[in-house]
Amino acid sequence: MSKSERPSQLFRNLNAKVASIPMILTAMVVFVGGTAWTVLYSFTNSKLLPRLNFVGLDQYYRLWATPRWLISIENLLIYGVISLVFSLVIGFLLAALLDQKIRFEDTFRTIFLYPFALSFIVTGLVWQWLLNPDFGVQGVVRSLGWTSFDFNPLYNSSIVIYGISIAALWQGTGLIMCLMLAGLRGIDEDIWKAARVDGIPMWKTYLFIIIPMMRPVFITTLVIIASGIVKVYDLVVAQTSGGPGIASEVPAKYVYDYMFFAQNLGQGFAASTMMLLSVMIVIVPWAYLEFGGRKRV
Amino acid sequence: MRYKFLTSAFAATVALNVAGPAAATDLEVTHWWTSGGEAAAVAELAKAFDATGNHWVDGAIAGSGGTARPIMISRITGGDPMGATQFNHGRQAEELVQAGLMRDLTDVATKGKWTEVVRPKSLLDSCTIDGKIYCVPVNIHSWQWLWLSNAAFEKAGVPVPKNWNEYVAAAPALEKAGIVPLAVGGQAWQASGAFDVLLAAVGGTDTFLKVYKDKDAKFAAGPEVAKVFKAADDARKMAKNTNVQDWNQATNMVITGKAGGQIMGDWAQGEFQVAGKTAGKDYTCLPGLGLNEVIATGGDAFYFPLLKDADKAKAQEVLAETLLDPKTQVAFNLKKGSLPVRGDVDLNAANDCMKKGLAILAKGAVIPWTDQLLSQDSQKQKEDLFSEFFAKPDMSLEDAQKRFADIIASAD
Repeated sequence: MSKSERPSQLFRNLNAKVASIPMILTAMVVFVGGTAWTVLYSFTNSKLLPRLNFVGLDQYYRLWATPRWLISIENLLIYGVISLVFSLVIGFLLAALLDQKIRFEDTFRTIFLYPFALSFIVTGLVWQWLLNPDFGVQGVVRSLGWTSFDFNPLYNSSIVIYGISIAALWQGTGLIMCLMLAGLRGIDEDIWKAARVDGIPMWKTYLFIIIPMMRPVFITTLVIIASGIVKVYDLVVAQTSGGPGIASEVPAKYVYDYMFFAQNLGQGFAASTMMLLSVMIVIVPWAYLEFGGRKRV
Repeated sequence: MRYKFLTSAFAATVALNVAGPAAATDLEVTHWWTSGGEAAAVAELAKAFDATGNHWVDGAIAGSGGTARPIMISRITGGDPMGATQFNHGRQAEELVQAGLMRDLTDVATKGKWTEVVRPKSLLDSCTIDGKIYCVPVNIHSWQWLWLSNAAFEKAGVPVPKNWNEYVAAAPALEKAGIVPLAVGGQAWQASGAFDVLLAAVGGTDTFLKVYKDKDAKFAAGPEVAKVFKAADDARKMAKNTNVQDWNQATNMVITGKAGGQIMGDWAQGEFQVAGKTAGKDYTCLPGLGLNEVIATGGDAFYFPLLKDADKAKAQEVLAETLLDPKTQVAFNLKKGSLPVRGDVDLNAANDCMKKGLAILAKGAVIPWTDQLLSQDSQKQKEDLFSEFFAKPDMSLEDAQKRFADIIASAD
């Protein structure tokens, strides 16, 4: 930025730099160091305790031949697409509706955001009861007289992941709505006036003017949603603990189960390395476009 | 005067403080015995230990062994060991012992002549690694039991079956009466355990050993084991409306007559006892599913992590002795519904089912259990397979058997 001050660059803001040393150390040792350690040990046959006995890619071959891992990946993809699309769409729609200068906006905002105050464990338990065939939605509708009503996602292998997605959307959409609302409020009133003068219908204004202007907000939102998708674990544990059978397993749970229940650290490390790799595949190109591009402009 | 009074009071409190820990050492004991019958049994152990002048600090971890073991292991490997901890003896704590984290109990064992009193001998073998003894077996737990609700069969209008085949034949009648024929909870180990029981009962002892001890993958893919998968398919169909998770909820279905029966270990008996049911009148038990009367010598044992504190180490020895004491053995096992590890104790108070078990034990019809034969890793893979098998009615038998054989091929 300022070429004239280059000689003293290292000592500029010395206090700030000294103060950030603990965080830098934490990041380097705990995050980067821990990651490197995990990747290294994923090439060993460590069982209950870590041991440096290299077996090459054996853990990875076994991982990709395990039906439970493949089901976990498939579930993560379905869950990911659903929560990405629906939380963005529903979140934006709710925000746009709240932005119409309606009465009791604060009340509505609180109601929509409220589920976010609950942890995934509580959310999971609440929805486990709501979706329980005997006590929940199905039971209530049947007791009203519609006896053939069937809504039993948590005990049906083929749709259980959708039952989990419902709970996740209920919990997370409120936050997305708030982020979107903040973005909408950041749009200059004059843009709306100009659009109105030009006679552009409201939906077109949103779609072609407002949304492109909200790009930074969307990117923040995307990162928040995506990180939530990859690490989903507690919701599944609370709602179904992977069942029925292994139909609602997710990668994070595979990692935990194999590291601690099966006492096979090597296998768990291999699985967590694959999770890291999948995150990198998404993050690296995006980060390159987002941050690498700016220098050229 | 006042000054003197104060000093003497102060001296008294100091004396008390010093005397306290010397007389009673607190020893934290972790275990996963949390259901009604189990909690009653563990209270007996605590009572016996407290009677020695020490203090049992109960560290119960809810959610069965699968949840509890990772917590226990991470406490031991993380440098915050408890005084003593439950494991299923066999291979669960193998690596902890090899890493030198567990205490060698050989001295206590020689003093108490464990090799002479513990029966069957294989129990102590499972505690022995490189000639040293590392755990105290407290009970024999056999999985090989079929628990049947007499009331349910009465309601369905069929006689209480005498073996697995009759039971399968009676299933349609039970279903017609609105009763779930077989209760299998959703926890993965339940499905996997039920299959192992079928393997030993329908396939026979040799089949069981050939698969799990010799780990003969070709045999596991063969026609003998295919018969067992056929039986597992029957079980899967009978269990499809269970809709509960925990094993004791499933047992409760049998107790209340909502389910016809359950394949579950002898710990289920504690639940029947807590509910005030009588063996033979309210419920029937069939060891070995009535087909092959054997008992597996799996069970629970206490392991003692290596501690630096000398007082606590002393208390560990006292606890180890207390656990094998004949009186403790009787009191504990009667509440728990399991069999004692000593042959020389008086079990007149035992009920019908326990007597059946004792008779089989006396005949020597024992087999080792999967906890002793397979690593936790292989066990987990097996659990994944069978929980999927039981939850997915359209999973074909050939497919399941092929995957089973693959697990056996890579088992260790």
